[in-house]
Amino acid sequence: MNIALVEYGAGNLPSVERALSRLGVESRRASTPEALAGCDALILPGVGHFGALMRSLDERSLVNPLRDAVSRGTPLLGICLGLQAMFASSDEAPGDAGLALFPQNVSALPPADRLPHMGWNQLRRARPSKLLEGVRQDAYFYFAHSYAALDAGEAGVAYCDHCAPFVAVLEQGSVFATQFHPEKSGPAGSQILSNFVRLAGGKG
Amino acid sequence: MSLAHRIIPCLDTDGERVVKGVNFVNLRDAGDPAALAARYNIEGADELVVLDIAASRDHRPTFLETIRRVAAELAIPLTAGGGVANVDEGRAILRAGADKLTVNTAAIRNPPLLTALAAEFGSQAVVLAIDAKRVGDRWEAFVRGGSVPTGIDAVAWARQGVDCGAGEILITSMDKDGTRSGFDCPLTAAISRAVSVPVIASGGADTPETFLEVFREGRADAALAASIFHDSIQGLGALKRYLGAQGVSVRQTG
Repeated sequence: MNIALVEYGAGNLPSVERALSRLGVESRRASTPEALAGCDALILPGVGHFGALMRSLDERSLVNPLRDAVSRGTPLLGICLGLQAMFASSDEAPGDAGLALFPQNVSALPPADRLPHMGWNQLRRARPSKLLEGVRQDAYFYFAHSYAALDAGEAGVAYCDHCAPFVAVLEQGSVFATQFHPEKSGPAGSQILSNFVRLAGGKG
Repeated sequence: MSLAHRIIPCLDTDGERVVKGVNFVNLRDAGDPAALAARYNIEGADELVVLDIAASRDHRPTFLETIRRVAAELAIPLTAGGGVANVDEGRAILRAGADKLTVNTAAIRNPPLLTALAAEFGSQAVVLAIDAKRVGDRWEAFVRGGSVPTGIDAVAWARQGVDCGAGEILITSMDKDGTRSGFDCPLTAAISRAVSVPVIASGGADTPETFLEVFREGRADAALAASIFHDSIQGLGALKRYLGAQGVSVRQTG
């Protein structure tokens, strides 16, 4: 199977590649519309700034090809900022449009606890989740962020509570995303990547 | 459900090998960083810190290679630093495989560096490391591996550093470092009260009780230690089981 990491000049591609490689899954990088079009599954990793991510995708003419891939049913996994990019907009960059796979806004977390939300936290399951299959209810995942989607409608399948309840895992059709970093989350994170590969038709 | 307190082994390196000393002096060899990283990854470390305490410009390519070798062993976050003086050096460390970078001397001499790093990589990737020593009734920040006093109040500097863009504070007590006499809880608590970002306590780690103290009295979000882990004086699993039994939120592994 042909699984590609969307390369847009930032992010943490090597750590995601290593995590997949530990599962015996080879990935490649896609940085052009043509490369995106030929993939069986896509991963959108993300670290940094919402506006910078969207502008980088735009400069590489990847915004519409990504949306097209999703509408064709190509499985997509967004990680951290990759989850946030799936929304229409973000408080972090009010002038920049997101991929708008989901109509909601990404919010700055209210400063009720320490920010950034940095470290290992647990999930609160809201709906059945394919991505979380086989993952213990009390498993911890690694988060590092100050912005989050507070609502994703029916797509929000698991939440986390820090400063406010926010979407930690979302699923809708073939679109999947985690606010935490599965590639940095030990065996539990590895299970999630494995589930995604299997859902995408590979042998995770 | 709440954010777990992190236990963070630290690898002080000369760029290539893990070294250790007491109060920043008398360094001796303590092993291969990648081998130790692999061990801590399996044993349940929540994060790993790798520092180049020599931080000589000549050895920088060696240190970047060390980061690559360490990152290859990890399924947990990696923080690296030592001598980072500008955005390009920060980028090289992150590109080599670190998730976060620490800055110390260069930031105190040039606080806007923190702002530039945060703008480039996000605050979540910028850890301000402060080496502090008790002087009279306050703590003073020292630079260049703890060898040069600055006259700057460590607590005020932490607050300013966060205002400039630091997303986390790594506070090392020079009075406690390497002594195995417990963390500096008053220092850690003073820093923790002064800032809104997570605080990592460092220096003086010993028994599981010392970790409990720094999480409770020191109000630390994470605790860092080196020799007690390198020398297998304290196992990570046993430490976390103890803390869990005491009601501290920790990530139990296996």
